[in-house]
Amino acid sequence: MNALLAADLPYWAQSLLRVLGGVVAVLLPAGTIVYVFLFKMMSFMQSRLGPMEAGPYGSLQLFAEVGKWLQKEDITPERADRFIFKIAPLVVLTSTFLLVAVVPFGPDAWFTNFEAGVFYMLAVSSVSVLGILIAGWSSANKYSLLGGLRAAGQLIAYELPMVLAVVGVIIQAGTMNLQEIVVSQNAGEIFGWNGLGNPFLLTQIIGFVIFMIAVQAELTQTPFDMPIAESELVSGYMTEYSGFRFLTFFIAEFATAGVFSLIASVLFLGGWGIPFSWFGWSGIDDVDNWMNVVGPLIMVTKMLLLSFVIMWVRFSYPRFREDQLQRFAWKVLVPVSLVNIMVTAILKVAF
Amino acid sequence: MTSTESLLDRRQMAYIAAQASDARVNVELETEGMTLNIGPQHPATHGTLRIIARLDGEQVVWAEPSCGYMHRGYEKLTEVRTYPQVTALINRIDWLGSFANEVPFILAAEKLMGIEAPPRAQWIRTILFELSRIANVSLFLGDLGVQLGAVTPVFMAFRDREYVLNLIEGATGGRFHPNFDRIGGLKDDLPAGFIDETRVVMKKLRNFCDEIENLLFGNEIFQSRTRGIGVIPKDIALQYGLSGANLRASGVDWDLRRDQRLPMAWDKIDWKVWTHPDGDSFARCWIRLQEVRESTRIVDQLLDGIPSGPVMAKVPRIIKVPEGEAWVSTENPLGEMGYYVVSKGELGPFRTKIRSASFNNISIVPWVLKGVYVPDIITILASLYFILGDIDR
Repeated sequence: MNALLAADLPYWAQSLLRVLGGVVAVLLPAGTIVYVFLFKMMSFMQSRLGPMEAGPYGSLQLFAEVGKWLQKEDITPERADRFIFKIAPLVVLTSTFLLVAVVPFGPDAWFTNFEAGVFYMLAVSSVSVLGILIAGWSSANKYSLLGGLRAAGQLIAYELPMVLAVVGVIIQAGTMNLQEIVVSQNAGEIFGWNGLGNPFLLTQIIGFVIFMIAVQAELTQTPFDMPIAESELVSGYMTEYSGFRFLTFFIAEFATAGVFSLIASVLFLGGWGIPFSWFGWSGIDDVDNWMNVVGPLIMVTKMLLLSFVIMWVRFSYPRFREDQLQRFAWKVLVPVSLVNIMVTAILKVAF
Repeated sequence: MTSTESLLDRRQMAYIAAQASDARVNVELETEGMTLNIGPQHPATHGTLRIIARLDGEQVVWAEPSCGYMHRGYEKLTEVRTYPQVTALINRIDWLGSFANEVPFILAAEKLMGIEAPPRAQWIRTILFELSRIANVSLFLGDLGVQLGAVTPVFMAFRDREYVLNLIEGATGGRFHPNFDRIGGLKDDLPAGFIDETRVVMKKLRNFCDEIENLLFGNEIFQSRTRGIGVIPKDIALQYGLSGANLRASGVDWDLRRDQRLPMAWDKIDWKVWTHPDGDSFARCWIRLQEVRESTRIVDQLLDGIPSGPVMAKVPRIIKVPEGEAWVSTENPLGEMGYYVVSKGELGPFRTKIRSASFNNISIVPWVLKGVYVPDIITILASLYFILGDIDR
């Protein structure tokens, strides 16, 4: 949004607008995903109606839920490590806000145009592990401790396939800047034909699948939800949280799902762009200004599509066991993504 | 247990070693264990069962079920009730398949009195018995998904169980607690339209079984979570007195509906007892799935051949059961359920002993949980399938 806001706004106003934009970019996906997918699509798949009372088709249910959580007492267990216990949900939510900072929404609509965007994204996404681990530890609850330890093991194991899956994209795009990755996809061509650009989904389909599996694990959604595991660990690291702090965890969970969908759409689906050849653009500088409005809409559409996949898997699969998950990560995902990197590198040099 | 290490212990040790070959490092490091109380209020225990598990990391070293949190004293309460009143109580033992609880008690009382229900009543009893089995086990099939983390099957199970409950309500007036069985027959005949409607519902239930099979049993994750987990060999299952699907999953071909002569209609139709050689969690779940299908077949055949006639034998208005003792057990949804009724010739039983299936089935929990991981506790408990009311009575 730098260039958008360059219209002679004072620095404080720019910063304020940017923070507001960040809040909107985090909370809006979270709310949309919770309402559209968690409430309505899940209900449809389970042959029930879902919330119907609050507002038309239960559309105000979200506000009712938030209101309910805000009213609830904020309980801290007696033997908990109080300070750590209280900051843990905020650490998790912070990682979501840090993630959204590098996502480009249009030719000029971005928060920071960061050269090492992919690197930064992978780095801050693991901050949430810290929050989950300290939440599990500080709750003074055995179930929470087990959940926290499982989460730590799982998230670290799935960090690696995620990184390796993205490396293929980096090799192909030749840059770590998310904005330039979008441009290289939309300005690209497939064997000389540029009607569709070159979304990396086509060439990096293995990377995309591994990335989405790793995202699923990173979000601790079924089938990788043993850190939460309602039926065995009674919600794991979240067990002792109530009221506002639980709400924070809840928002972080679904906002992160949204933000990861945004990142996946940037990396693999062409991000905010439409194939540049449609309008005869040759590079980022030619792109018309109206893309700053259309771009975010395209991003939201792609985000909803990918979140749908995440939630769809979540509703239909049972969960793995911890050791099976580790085996899957180290013995299947890591070797496959390494092979993917190798093939990509060879083809990159060859063509 | 150094010198007197029995065959049982040796097998257990082998089982633990197989389950935990990679956890041997903990033995070397001599880490401290942790005691985890699963329950009494825990989503995986279907009520208020408490399982005390001693953990080494995530591995169970020792586990014991602690029951009695929901003991309601039905055995004692029957002593201050008349025979017709007792059925209202024992409905609540296995609350998901309540009609099946009434049958063995009524049969025991009839045996003591030397009367037998008319054929039509026997057939209707069998139909309702199988309907309550379907209602009970179809819910298990859905609940299985929840225990393993899949939320969708349980809603399908509730949706389709509703049809069966509606049938039971239509026939008896009670959805959960029919209280429909009488000494000498049934309270009423079937309502008009029951037979046609039941046929439609049975078709729906078969579709439900196919759906569950596709959604859950065919799933690779489900199979990797259940296959080879919680294996109960044949002889161990017999030693611990398991019954029902848990026993048949261990390869023992034993079904009281077939192996016993009772004044019921099972021997008049053609059906099959399913067994599975593996004895693991998957086998137990699969057996139950097949049994729901088989029950729908049984009900369909019973509807075809239902005889006409009265539904009540000639019994005195005030029922006094002559002096004596009787034991009748039937193959209930959860396993063998029996009543040992002692009568002193009065209005109510002098003493009743209730043999409920779940109480015996969970006796194997300490054996089968040794050496498994915490997530497998849930799988194994879910596949053993107990109902708290049936454990604590």
